[in-house]
Amino acid sequence: MIRYRHWLVLCAWTLFSAAALAIDTAAAFPDAARQARYEQLTNELRCLVCQNQTIADSNAGLAGDLRREVKEMIAAGKSDDEIKTFLTARYGDFVLYNPPLTARTLLLWAAPALLVLITVGAAARVILRRSKAPIDADPEEPA
Amino acid sequence: MWRYMAPAGAFLALGALFAFALLRIQRGDLDVREIKSPLLGKPAPSFVLPLVTDPAQRFDSHALAGKAYVVNVWGTWCPACREEHESLLSLSRIAGVPFIGIDWKDEGPLAQQYLTQLGNPYQQVVADADGRVAIDWGVYGAPETFLVSPQGIVLQKHTGALTAAVWAEKFAPLVKSGATP
Repeated sequence: MIRYRHWLVLCAWTLFSAAALAIDTAAAFPDAARQARYEQLTNELRCLVCQNQTIADSNAGLAGDLRREVKEMIAAGKSDDEIKTFLTARYGDFVLYNPPLTARTLLLWAAPALLVLITVGAAARVILRRSKAPIDADPEEPA
Repeated sequence: MWRYMAPAGAFLALGALFAFALLRIQRGDLDVREIKSPLLGKPAPSFVLPLVTDPAQRFDSHALAGKAYVVNVWGTWCPACREEHESLLSLSRIAGVPFIGIDWKDEGPLAQQYLTQLGNPYQQVVADADGRVAIDWGVYGAPETFLVSPQGIVLQKHTGALTAAVWAEKFAPLVKSGATP
């Protein structure tokens, strides 16, 4: 039992440390509707300093500043589109985790469909060829 | 034969592509973290901020209209800014355009002490304590340097230390070719 005690302590520590909680401890808005919009938006915006985090879960100084901007714009009655336009005008589409469909992102958006087509095409070819081939005639199969 | 050569060829091509990109990153030709600024070719954001050298006074960027200028975003907390400081000092003397400093998210007298100790390369240097002007300029990592034309258009942006080599390659040609009136 003694052997496992430090693991328990470690688990408890991890669960209850400040890092396991949200960056902002207090809600940004008193009403649920605007709080939901705030959470949705901050979870869709990229932190530019720590590029694989959203501004909702980064504690970088710039992420905090951008959360403040989003909060103030929601409070001022701006729409989600207006807020996103404000940020893309300054940081480009890269700030959006959900990139818009443009000529540059066409390949990105089309890639899943293309990969499915290629896979289905290749599988169909193999299945057709093997179904036509006489049994035991496949050179790939060990005798 | 072909069924083995095609995947092997594709694998080699992919490997060559990765090696090429990695070598470019290592040489410093490619910065994967760099974000192309949407401000290029657009009007430079204006600002009114207190001077670092005299916080009682405010500086209005409209005073810069009609001439080319360089905007350098820095902070005393930023190691790369300390690294570029020597070259800023020498470049500001030979550049032929004024250097305007934006001190990003610094506290009180730190910036003033820093400039007194290490020398001040800026014609004007303002304090952006809450980072709002930096957001207008699309700043994400200090130091960042911009070149603005006499017409007030952002011509160039560099993220990272401004060395003499970077200046010669990215800024000097633009300053020469009519960025100055």
